[in-house]
Amino acid sequence: MRRLAQLVPILLGLSLLLFFWVRSLPGGPAAALLGERATPERVAQINRIYGLDRPVWEQYLDFLGRAARLDFGVSRMTERPVTEELVSRFPATAELAVVAILFAVGLGVPLGYLAARRHLTWIDNLSVAGSLIGVAIPVFFLGFLLKYLFAVQLGWLPPDGRQSPRLFVDHPTGFYVLDGLLRGDPASSWDALRHLILPGIALGTIPLAIITRITRAAVLDVLHKDYVRTAEAKGLTRAVVNRRHVLRNALLPVLTVTGLQVGLLLSGAVLTETVFAFPGVGSFLVDAIAARDYAVIQGFILVIAVIVVTVNLLVDLGYGLVDPRVRLR
Amino acid sequence: MRTTGSRRLRLLAIAGTATLLGTGLAACGDSSGSGEGDTFVFGASAEPKLLDGAFVSDGESLRIVRQIFEGLVTTAPGKTDVRPQLAKSWTTSADGRTWTFLLHEGVSFSDGTPMDAKAVCANFDRWYHFTGVRQSPSVSYYWTTVFGGFAQNEDASLPKSLYSSCTATGGLTAVIKLARPSAAFLSALTLPAFSIASPAALKKYKADEVSGAAGSPRFTGTFGTEHPVGTGPYLLRSWERGNQLVLERNETYWGNKAKTKNVVFKAIPDGGARLQSLQSGGIDGYDLVDPADVKTLKDKGFQLLDRPAFNVGYVGLNQSTPLLKNPKVRQAIIHAIDRERLVKNNYPEGTLVAKAFMPPGVFGYADDVPEYQYDPARAKELLTQAGVTSPKIEFWYPTDVSRPYLPDPAAVFQLVKGDLEKAGFTVTTKSAPWTPEYLDVVQSGKAQMYLLGWAADYGDPDNFIGTFFQKSMPEWGFNNPELTALLDRAEALTNRDRRIEAYQEANRKIMEFVPGVPFVHTQQALAFRTEVQGFVPSPVQNEDFATVSLSTK
Repeated sequence: MRRLAQLVPILLGLSLLLFFWVRSLPGGPAAALLGERATPERVAQINRIYGLDRPVWEQYLDFLGRAARLDFGVSRMTERPVTEELVSRFPATAELAVVAILFAVGLGVPLGYLAARRHLTWIDNLSVAGSLIGVAIPVFFLGFLLKYLFAVQLGWLPPDGRQSPRLFVDHPTGFYVLDGLLRGDPASSWDALRHLILPGIALGTIPLAIITRITRAAVLDVLHKDYVRTAEAKGLTRAVVNRRHVLRNALLPVLTVTGLQVGLLLSGAVLTETVFAFPGVGSFLVDAIAARDYAVIQGFILVIAVIVVTVNLLVDLGYGLVDPRVRLR
Repeated sequence: MRTTGSRRLRLLAIAGTATLLGTGLAACGDSSGSGEGDTFVFGASAEPKLLDGAFVSDGESLRIVRQIFEGLVTTAPGKTDVRPQLAKSWTTSADGRTWTFLLHEGVSFSDGTPMDAKAVCANFDRWYHFTGVRQSPSVSYYWTTVFGGFAQNEDASLPKSLYSSCTATGGLTAVIKLARPSAAFLSALTLPAFSIASPAALKKYKADEVSGAAGSPRFTGTFGTEHPVGTGPYLLRSWERGNQLVLERNETYWGNKAKTKNVVFKAIPDGGARLQSLQSGGIDGYDLVDPADVKTLKDKGFQLLDRPAFNVGYVGLNQSTPLLKNPKVRQAIIHAIDRERLVKNNYPEGTLVAKAFMPPGVFGYADDVPEYQYDPARAKELLTQAGVTSPKIEFWYPTDVSRPYLPDPAAVFQLVKGDLEKAGFTVTTKSAPWTPEYLDVVQSGKAQMYLLGWAADYGDPDNFIGTFFQKSMPEWGFNNPELTALLDRAEALTNRDRRIEAYQEANRKIMEFVPGVPFVHTQQALAFRTEVQGFVPSPVQNEDFATVSLSTK
């Protein structure tokens, strides 16, 4: 509860920063919209209609008042309420993030464990080198590369979007994979899943590299602990030692780092979604910044901030499940 | 003990491999869709905003509006000439203020209501009576551009409306009265923004309903999002924001029915991503091909169609600067710039070098305007004649922008600057981000010399040279009553031949006067799979998807 209360000042500060930051960007919505057709009269008229000619603090208070009721205003790009845009685009990013994190954890934890267990062998060296490259490679470049290879050259996977354009299906929940299953149409779920693979890998690569490294380091660390040696000396089987002592203790830092990846995933989504024309929160935010769509920029970033903070909170609570010592405190 | 450990390792390894395999396996699924030959997938550069032509000015919305709705008139395929659409024919009164449109018989909106003179007038009256946010240039941009103001102007900057009334004098005869004569009015009516919508549907789906707090108005009706009802060859089948918009053939269309049953519009904002989507079969064609990709596409055997040039890029000269007030100095500048080289070095092959402020495709273009060859010696001579020694000039270019007529402003700037320096000018480099600084500096008349351009909205010379020179503008810094009078007269002429002559005359006058240096008319390309047939690019993006078909292999 105390942790939740801490959210309030964080969000207030962030909203203030955001509000003034977007307004300090060169150009405004009117100029961005009208291009060379912008005349001073037209710009003034648009600013007046959308209340952008009022004192900034007044606009801010107005914004705060409405944001408290989850009303972030109306997008000038689409003429739809920001909340509606967010709700319709969030599932795309959520699906993408889930696939990316499954990819990163599903591959990273076993790989890191393997590397630690086979410390200083070729497997270990390969995993260390691989994770260095994984962290260093820019997301958009990797995305482009994957797309070029697997979509353009080999034609194995779709190049962009969330569903094949020739498949006319409804998406009541907005989670395309789930929608297919709910409709009893696994083929369309499969189609949606195939659209998630390349962007999922592109987005999941950095977290994969980080998780592999952390898992490796954590397992190595634990393996040299006295209690592991004691357990082994007691004659416990390797399986029991691993399960009760090594993995459980090594998991704590891995969990922390995985939680921290969520923020990284959301920022990586901006690039990945752009490369794969994936209609999620990130690509919409990019368009909004270009169009100086103040309402969208403010609303989206605030909500993303809430998500990141909430996930970190959940991770903290998760410690309790893994490590009873934390729960006691 | 050792074996157990190994097994665990193996299990973990299997788990990892499974993750990898899962991805690999998924790659082998089939990608067949339903009714492939009957669906045309088009890669757009953005999502449409609304499907109510009256409320939008973005190309992506109007592209789709064009398929669902029709106007009184349209443009000829691939040209800017006015052709009948819902109106079978029209006549103009001698004073050019009364336009009588005779409509086609037996045309119905897709909701079954008749498309008649009453419906036409209901649309015009709707536009004319817009209030509140609907008067914003972000909403009714084209109405304010063509007709100026509304019945009750809510902003002091809006001029009196050109529109005065519409009367249904017979079932199929609509008489539109204008406040002053304007022939450009007819060309402007080709814009999909002036499409005729079903008045019953506009009302039923609350097209004009606006709610929300002051400063944050929003449209709450569903006409433009779910129920756009027009007379066009296509109907809206579904529009899932963020995913795609699907049109379906209007089986009761009054004209030639659409050749392809479904048209899908998929937004792929990045040009490189559109190219890759075409290459991998995700889409059948796309707009706004990046000039750098033209060769790749040709090599891979894709079709490339050029949209005829409909814009102009120019060097603007502001005559409020004493130096530039001197016509000899302006002539020296135009002789000093090697426009051939400029276009060759900075634009794709086949780009037109401009010699006037409007492209050749528009009527009223004069091929015999005064021409100024690249001649640095002549430029120096003219400067001497003008009595100017070591002229100094501030020259502006925009940053953070790429326009069709100015793909790389800095490169163009460098070439022009070099040419001017060769002719003896001392050039001070000035630059600013496109919006709002650059446009503000230029439009408020603070830039002496600058790069700018224009892509017109409809095929009328009024939308080119009328926009530039019909009234005195700070960016040009001159007042030329003779030119203004000529353009006023040309806009009002209803006899087409005399109108053409008047604009040709204006074009000659302008290039005699040299208010700036027009240098380029660029073309945009569209790319398609070879199976796609029947797409005719229009200079004003007034493109009919009903003629598109996909030949089966």
